Parts: sequence; structure tokens; C-alpha cells
Amino acid sequence: MIAVYLLLLLSAAGILFFGLMGHKEDIGKLNTRINGVSLLITIWLAISVFNNGTILSGGKAFLIDSFNVYLIVLTAFVGFTTSLFSAPYMAHEKELGKLTDSRLKLYYSMYQGFMLAMYLVLTTNNMGIMWVAMEGATLATVLLVSLYRTPESIEAAWKYFILCGVGIAQALFGTILLYYAASQIGDSENALLWTVLYEHATQLNPDILEIAFVFLLIGYGTKIGLVPLHNWLPDAHSEGPTPMSAVLSGLLLNDALYAVVRNKMLVDGATQSHIAGYLMMGFGLVSFLVAALFLHRQKDIKRLFSYSSIEHMGLMTFAFGMGGSLATFAALLHMTVHSLVKSAIFVTVGHTAQIAGTQKMAQIRGLIKTQPKVGWGLLIGTVAIAGFPPFGVFTSEFLVLLATMHNYPWLTPLLLLGIGIAFAGLFRHIQPIVYGEKPEGQSAIKANLIPVMVHLGFALWLGLAIPSFLSDWFSQATLLISGSAL
Amino acid sequence: MNIESQDFYTQAILSMSALVGLTSFLMLGQGRLLRLIFVFAIQGLLLTLTTSLAAFSLDNPHLYISAVLTFALKVIFIPWMLQKQVLAMNLHRDVEALKNNTAVMLGGASLMVFSYYVLQPIIHTSSMIMLNALAVSLSVVLLGLMLMISHRQAVAHVVGFMSIENGLFFAAIVATNGMPMVVELGVAFDVLVAAILFGIFFLHIRTSIDSLDVDMMNKLHEVDK
Repeated sequence: MIAVYLLLLLSAAGILFFGLMGHKEDIGKLNTRINGVSLLITIWLAISVFNNGTILSGGKAFLIDSFNVYLIVLTAFVGFTTSLFSAPYMAHEKELGKLTDSRLKLYYSMYQGFMLAMYLVLTTNNMGIMWVAMEGATLATVLLVSLYRTPESIEAAWKYFILCGVGIAQALFGTILLYYAASQIGDSENALLWTVLYEHATQLNPDILEIAFVFLLIGYGTKIGLVPLHNWLPDAHSEGPTPMSAVLSGLLLNDALYAVVRNKMLVDGATQSHIAGYLMMGFGLVSFLVAALFLHRQKDIKRLFSYSSIEHMGLMTFAFGMGGSLATFAALLHMTVHSLVKSAIFVTVGHTAQIAGTQKMAQIRGLIKTQPKVGWGLLIGTVAIAGFPPFGVFTSEFLVLLATMHNYPWLTPLLLLGIGIAFAGLFRHIQPIVYGEKPEGQSAIKANLIPVMVHLGFALWLGLAIPSFLSDWFSQATLLISGSAL
Repeated sequence: MNIESQDFYTQAILSMSALVGLTSFLMLGQGRLLRLIFVFAIQGLLLTLTTSLAAFSLDNPHLYISAVLTFALKVIFIPWMLQKQVLAMNLHRDVEALKNNTAVMLGGASLMVFSYYVLQPIIHTSSMIMLNALAVSLSVVLLGLMLMISHRQAVAHVVGFMSIENGLFFAAIVATNGMPMVVELGVAFDVLVAAILFGIFFLHIRTSIDSLDVDMMNKLHEVDK
């Protein structure tokens, strides 16, 4: 349990420290070290959960079970590797004169602020605190989206702030309704604790819970980026600094989905029906298809991959909504590989944009000839995210397809169509970027591609063979979420 | 339901919810920013009164703390900050011509009916009073959204945003006698930070487009143009 407190304290200390010292030379390395220590702490936490099962802290404030502990490790891992990339990237941006000292302070301080909010969302046992932390994550990142202070970035940040703020307000209404239903059973002081709620799930009023779930899905769904609530996502991803895009895509979206799945587990227990699942399937499938189509009409490379994030989040929401052990297992796996691959892609995209001096895809050409490592990184990342074997995304998408064929065979063609459209949408843009002649005056830059290789390596490993401890872990989480073993 | 047969507390809560709903409608049709902010402050005051009333009648001392927080944030700090912005930008003389005001008001009224319709199933589990209070809170939330859609000024958007929070707060107090203390403190903290961030944003928006009219923020599109 000490691990959780340490984890939260470390990030909180980071906020204060960087707020004062964030502009110093080589401060990025310190940020990396803090995130590295956080990663070690989460691994320690994971091992103790693996050995001793679910941990509930003394005051019942924190709950660590097999579902959230793996997301905690994933969060720390992506946070760490992104900070590896962020240190030279931000130093380069500062050299270009895009950033001042005070903005660097803000950046590093809020990097830790965002990590703190994410850890709190995952570890807390209280639904209300989860909402507060989720809103906190928006507040921490909103000024980072407008870090460059261009008119576009300010517009993007304003949109992000208003849409996510209003969206998440709906989730608070859902939470209040849920609290209302729960406090009728008694013990109102503890009625928002997950442990108490799960214990009494069958006694909760199903009518109220159905209404509450609609609000919760819309609220947290805004953060997942579900169509038609997705408008903020491509703007926020494309206008902010690239390390921010990597953590937003790799972490924030996952954690919002985590919130929805937790609520679904509760509502399923209370209503004994599949209504929550159907809602998630509908929203998920629409997001998946619409985002796949939008991929074709993009001009900005970061916007392209943010639509790809919407597409994948849609697929996961769909799979979690379908329920059952196979689909849930597939969704958990997909969450992992998507985070790994997408943050790797954003890292290479960051380097690509620095090489070409622009994010407009029409002007980025001949990447492999300019800097082979970055070019191949981008190409392999795109291959992986499009769902080619032998990468992990193929495995998880294949499992989702299998589960769909088993439960809802008539939806399979739609999924296949979506995957095909998305593949075409990605490759028609990326192919001319990596191949082709290099334009005049384009030269290589100092790039740190270790995070990319590590992420893609893991994605490859998960595609070839899932290590037994990890699959045990996913199975435990699957049992917890879907109620049946694989 | 005969309102005279209810106890005093219930009657008071019902009147309060009616007044809170009314302030939302007043805001919806308001074209002048200073008046809009004034009505918003009144809504905050009504919320404070409701909270204190609940704290007093139900003998629940922690609600006094949230009453004080609400008063400090929603009646004093946020209206003061917004008013300062409006005066600084010299927007207080402009009257925003609202496009099809009638349609907006009618839309608002139908949103209220819709809230009652959505929350209808709750009747099975509790009283009419609960339905009324929750439906009014939901409609305050929806009217806040409507306010944001129908107005162009960033200040009006912030007022809409904050009045959504008011609706949620009202629901929390009336339906569940307030959330657990730690959650309420967290939400208040978020609102405070959001208010400060809005202040920072006004500054950025003004320097970037020299106006607070959000219609002028139109550089980003869903697809290429």
C-alpha cells in the first residue's frame, strides 16, 4: 500500500519542484528520472497485487485490483518512455525559440500534474474522487495544448476545455444519480466507494442506474473521444507539443475508458440486462467507422493519427460493450498494444515534424532518405497500428473479430470494412511521406528513438507470443470484468 | 401532490428549485453581459441559501462548509472576475443580438419538459418532490448548454459552463443532501482552478484574436478546406 502513497506523493512533489525549477538546464533528465522511479514503484505494486490479490488501503481510499494495476503499470511505462523523448524534444523547441523559461516550468510541472491525475483516477476507490481527478487531468493539460500560443493552439485549447468540461459535467450528474440510488440502501458516507457499490450492486435500483449510465457514458465518452463527442481530440492532439499528444492518446483515453468499464460492471450487476453493453457497442462501432472515413480527408500528420486513436478507442469500447470473456480479453490486450504503438508513433511524428519543419503531410517527403531511422520507425509504426501481423494489434483485432463472429455475426462485415478503410486511409498518406525523393535542404536531426524501438518491440512480442504471466494477468482482469474465465 | 400539505422544508426546497430554474431562463434570453453575470450571481446566491437551508433543517454541519464555498466561488469570485473582463474589454455597452430568441426560449422550455420525461422512472422509487428537484437540476444543466450554443461571447460561455455546475450542485444537495465531504471539496477545487484558467484564457484569446467573440475562432476544421 505504501507504494500507492509514494507514487502519488512523488508526482505531487514533481508539480511543485518543476513549478519553481522547470527552466533549468537538463531539467528534462530529472523529469525522466522521476517517471522512471514511478515506473519501478508501480512494478513493485504490481508484483504485490500479483502475489497477494486485491489490495484495499486502510481508510478504504484506494483500491488496487487486477484490472487497474495493469493500467497503472502501463501509465507509468508510457509516462516514462515519453519523458525520455520529451527531454531532447523540448530542449530543441527551446533552441528554436518557440518556448520561454516560464512555459517550460509550466510544461514540466503540468506533466507531473497530469501523471498525478492519471494515477489518482486509477487507484482511487471513490467514484467521486475519480471524477475530480478526471477533470483535474483536463485542467492540467489544457494550458499545455496552448503552450505555443498560436491562434490555432489557443482555439484548440479553448475547444478542449469547453467540450471536455461540459462533457465531464454530464458524468458528474450520472455520479450524483448513482449516489442517490446507493444512498437509499444506507451508509451514505461510503456509498460512492467501488467496494461498497459492487457489494450491493444487485440491490441498486435498475431504473435509476440505467439513466445514470447514459450520463456517465456521455461524460467519460467525451474524454474517450467517441463520435460525435470527439471534436476536441484532433485539435488538442495536433496543436499541443508532441509529447503531450503521446500521453493524451496513450493514457488519457485509456483511463476514461477504464472509468466507463468500471461503471458498466456496476450497472450490469444491478440491471441484469445488457443495456449498458448495447450502448457502448453502438457508440463504439459508430466511432470506429466514422473515424476510419475521416482518416482519408486529413492534411496534418498529427490529426491523422489522432483520428486513428478515435478509431481504436471505438473498437475497444465496442469490444468491452460486447462483454463475454473473449471480447474483454481482446479489449484489454488492444488497450495495451494501442497505447504502446500509438505513443511510439507520436514520438516518431514529433521527430518527423522537426525534420520537415511542418506538420502538413503534403510537404513532408523522402523521410527514409533523410533520416532512415525515423522513416522506418514511422513506417513500421503505421504497419503495426493498421493491424498487420506479426504485431500485437493484429492479435487483438483478430480476437475482437472472432468474438464478434461468435456473438453478432452480422456485425463482422462492418468491422472488416472499417479496418480496410482505415488501412487505406493511413497508407495513402504515409507511403509518399516515407518513400520518395527528399526535398532540398532537409537534413537529419538529433533524435532519440529508443522509446520507439522499445514500444514497437513490446508490441511485436505481444503479437508473437503473449508471456504467460501477462496472459494470466489479463485472464484475472477478464474474470473480474466479465464474470467468466477465458 | 398538494404543496400545502407538505412540511415547511419541502415547500421551501420546491420554491427554491422553481427560482433556480427561473434564473436559468433569465440567463438564456439575456443579451447584455453584465446583466447575465448578475443573474448568474443570483443563481449562486439561491444555491447558497438552499445549501444552508438543507444544512439547518437536516442538521448536517458539513453542508455549511459547502454553502460557504459556493458563496465565495459562485457569488463573489467568479462574477467579480467576469465583470472585470467585460469592463476591461469594453463589452458592457454591446447588446448581443440573439438570433431567433423565440426559438431559443421555446427550445429551453422543451428541454425542461424533456428533463421531466427522462427522469420519470425515478417516481417509482421516491416522491414527487425528488422528481421535481432532480428534473429542475437536469434542466438547469441542459439550459446551460443551450446558453453556450446561443451566445457568441466567451464570457457567456463561461457563465453557461458555471451554471451547469450550479445545476449539478443543486441536484447533489436536494437529492442526496450533498456528496461526501472529500468529493465536494474536490469539485470545489476543480471549479476554482477552472475559473482561474478561464481568466488566463481570456487574456490569451484577447491577445490572439483581439476579441472575445468565439465565432472568430474558426481556424480548425474537421476535414481540410
